[in-house]
Amino acid sequence: MENFPTSMTTTPTSGEAPLRSEHDIVLARQLVRRMSQSLEFSLVDQTKIVTAASELARNALIYGGGGTMHWELLKEGTRNGLKLTFSDEGPGIPDLELAMSDGWTSGTGLGLGLSGARRLVNQFEIDSRAGAGTRVSIARWK
Amino acid sequence: MERIPVLRMGNFLLVTIQVDMHDQLALQLQDDLTNAIERNGAKGVLIDISALEMVDSFIGRMLSDISAMGRILDCATVLVGMQPAVAITLVELGLSLPGIATALNVERGMSLLRGKLSNLDDHDANER
Repeated sequence: MENFPTSMTTTPTSGEAPLRSEHDIVLARQLVRRMSQSLEFSLVDQTKIVTAASELARNALIYGGGGTMHWELLKEGTRNGLKLTFSDEGPGIPDLELAMSDGWTSGTGLGLGLSGARRLVNQFEIDSRAGAGTRVSIARWK
Repeated sequence: MERIPVLRMGNFLLVTIQVDMHDQLALQLQDDLTNAIERNGAKGVLIDISALEMVDSFIGRMLSDISAMGRILDCATVLVGMQPAVAITLVELGLSLPGIATALNVERGMSLLRGKLSNLDDHDANER
């Protein structure tokens, strides 16, 4: 078996994944699944954050024209968590309050992406302005 | 091109989703299934999602649409094998899949479909 250099044996605590194609959404889901497993999230909690990530990744791709998912492993005392930030440089959301309500969609979706993702996580932040892209951060704690 | 197989079993079509679907693959399945219903004159579709670890709003909508399209084509759809964690997440997300018949496993799903079909046969016989 090969010996990895020491830098590779220490687990990174943050990173970034591109969201440029539908396949990237699948890869992002799988990455979030692996990380939530490594944090020993329960199966339900794993499924919740993976599903939220899938919604937000798709939003970044479809409405934002592509972007990135930044991930970070959180530690607060004895608590472990996972934070995900989805950024795009798309047209942005002019009316955030409206966009956060169930059933509202600017495209062809169900309008559950943002509001649904918020219900699946412990922390949710959104920053968006018309013409300035959108940034959504979510975190789930074990 | 990557595709999810649609199997024929008598009057029924059987689909087992075993991969993490990207959106295009989900839409392809919707197309393939509706075509297969028409081509085979299928009376029932059974979709096994026991291997799916996640159903988001896109896949949820695809499943609802397949069921609605099937109904219009005179074909019943039963969704079977959803993992409990997926069901919990789906409802919290805000999707309760209204209008989709479900069963816990393939066996129960099959008997549900057969039941629907024999009810129809009885109905036909009474009308004659």
